[in-house]
Amino acid sequence: MTDQTSQPVKFYQTGTHTVGNRLLDDAKRTVQSSMDRSNAITSGHRACQGCGEALGARYALDAAMRATEGQLVAVNATGCLEVFTTPYPETSWQLPWLHSLFGNAPAVATGVAAALRVKGRKDVKVVAQGGDGGTTDIGFGCLSGMFERNDDVLYICYDNEAYMNTGVQRSSATPPAARTATTQAIGDAPGNVFGTGKNLPLIAMAHNIPYVATASVADLHDLEAKVTKAMAISGSRYIHIMVPCPLGWGSASDATISVARLAVESGLFPLFEAENGTLTKVNKIRRLVQVEGYLKMQKRFAHLFAKDGKDQDSIDAIQAMANHNIERFGLIDVDTTS
Amino acid sequence: MRATGQLQNLQGNHACAMGAIAAGCRFFAGYPITPSSEIAEKMSLELPKVDGIFIQMEDEIASMGAILGASMGGSKAMTATSGPGFSLKQENLGYAAGAEIPCVVVNVMRGGPSTGLPTRPAQGDIMQARWGTHGDHGVIVLAPCSVKEIYQEMIRAFWLTETLRVPVVVIYDEVIGHLVETVELPSPQSIEQAERKWASGPSAEFLPYQKTKDMVPAMARPGDGYRAHTTGLTTSESGFPTQDPGQVEAMVTRRLGKLEHHAADIASYEEIDCKDAKIILVTVGISARAAARAQQQARDKGLKVGLFRPITLWPFPVVAFRAASKKATHIIVPEMNAGQLILEIERLMSAKQTAVGINRIDGEVIDPVAILEKIEEISRA
Repeated sequence: MTDQTSQPVKFYQTGTHTVGNRLLDDAKRTVQSSMDRSNAITSGHRACQGCGEALGARYALDAAMRATEGQLVAVNATGCLEVFTTPYPETSWQLPWLHSLFGNAPAVATGVAAALRVKGRKDVKVVAQGGDGGTTDIGFGCLSGMFERNDDVLYICYDNEAYMNTGVQRSSATPPAARTATTQAIGDAPGNVFGTGKNLPLIAMAHNIPYVATASVADLHDLEAKVTKAMAISGSRYIHIMVPCPLGWGSASDATISVARLAVESGLFPLFEAENGTLTKVNKIRRLVQVEGYLKMQKRFAHLFAKDGKDQDSIDAIQAMANHNIERFGLIDVDTTS
Repeated sequence: MRATGQLQNLQGNHACAMGAIAAGCRFFAGYPITPSSEIAEKMSLELPKVDGIFIQMEDEIASMGAILGASMGGSKAMTATSGPGFSLKQENLGYAAGAEIPCVVVNVMRGGPSTGLPTRPAQGDIMQARWGTHGDHGVIVLAPCSVKEIYQEMIRAFWLTETLRVPVVVIYDEVIGHLVETVELPSPQSIEQAERKWASGPSAEFLPYQKTKDMVPAMARPGDGYRAHTTGLTTSESGFPTQDPGQVEAMVTRRLGKLEHHAADIASYEEIDCKDAKIILVTVGISARAAARAQQQARDKGLKVGLFRPITLWPFPVVAFRAASKKATHIIVPEMNAGQLILEIERLMSAKQTAVGINRIDGEVIDPVAILEKIEEISRA
């Protein structure tokens, strides 16, 4: 048998998202590829088929576990992640895990971190996590407080753009025009009519905390690298991970990664890092796509492509959001030979 | 939505939304929470059709704040929630009680405390509904036990809150909320719309919290030109804050006395075979449905058993209960908690009477067999 790690990696292989771990050097492989991974969220949970959150949380937590040599405490707000990992009488969590309430995870995590400091346990780190509802809505006040005090916690938001656990109601992270149980596709302006989705990464940056990043399950190497980087920094850190929800979005359960990738490649979900309030790194879009392809993959936007007429205005408005992101974050290298 | 006046299958939570709209509710602010989310979802569909406004707020506290604002703005307003959300709303409920802001809050009860049993029924919020917020305050709590009754009680809830300026809480357990029953709803035109007592007369003489004969102060309608001052602080009749002991006592006394003054209008209950009953069952919600069956079975066996079901849970219909339980030696209180309603019964019953609880705290309902067994056990003794 040939030693596959010694095989030189060709450009066209590293240049794709599908490059296998076995083609990479050991150091560049994902935590998941290691037999020694912690399995922080172990198998047997009850997430839906194709759940982006289960995938994102698994990669994030295992990376955090490796970075802290397993000395990690997780605080978890109410939501899908909490429910599907803990069906009575089981748990998927292979680390100390506290379910708090819906809105208080950052505050509880602050308390845990303070207690560890009092007890002189500098080696134990704290992660708090929640969905977009628990983070951008009901837990927003506690989170802002945690940022402002610069408490030593990494907060991870798994953003699937609505309240999925209670039956797909809108949240302040729900994009415009999306259909949810409380923003039905009826009336003159069908779907979600409010705002453009609360941009929590930018709000986190405005607190000047040491580290803010966005990540996506479309790029798991990137996600792991950001979590690892965050765990090496002390103070408040925030990572916002886009995690498609096949149930709530009406996307195929085998299309979770593709739909997440289109969100990134269209510019709707920019991937970036910021330190102390300043943007430090942006993941450039490699192959720009229009938002239409992304929207078409999801039944929550089906009313925009109704048989009796396409809602071009709404599609244009969403495209404008993507264009704005591209310009704002410099997602495309303007300096090309063309 | 199907036209009214014909038979339809309706879920309890949907009946809640439709009852509210029939009563004239035109503003709903809510937040997703099991097992009450269907009320918000139904409102999001139905309110726009009647030029009402539905807003999904960022959390439970904001939802409650928004309906108080909407009510002060002159609209009939409500919110709906469950367990943890009801806990979060308590400070705002106190504000509503203190500033006398009409509002309806629905609490679909699930197992607690904390996140508890989100998808399982319970009746553990009976005392919280009465005493959830701090300080001496009045509140009206209605406890329907069927889909049709939820519809009716929502109409009554708006009637009471609008005419008395007291917050009204409607509580029912998860089973009633998710129960689908065949009902015939009245036509919306046949429902009398409650009207708040609006201020009239010269604005210079207007006192926002004036003590009147019926104890209900007139409210300044926004846009009518009155200068109105509303605050969570304790106020004098002028609406301005006071710490004067005499004025403070007068204000608190009037607010509590308002409920006493209108006790007969507020009270509502169902009474079955109580006249000669030696044993009376007192219970609410889904437990009352089981109790009604047990009561019938006991009568079939020749046992003198009656059922007293408070529909207005708070203030408890004291006069009616005492009259109904005159001949009773035992009062059985089936409830899906560790014993809350029984505390009120023990307070109200005579020294010769004994109160017996049937309690379930496991997220399951009380079945008629358990109640019948207790009846037979007491009858044999």
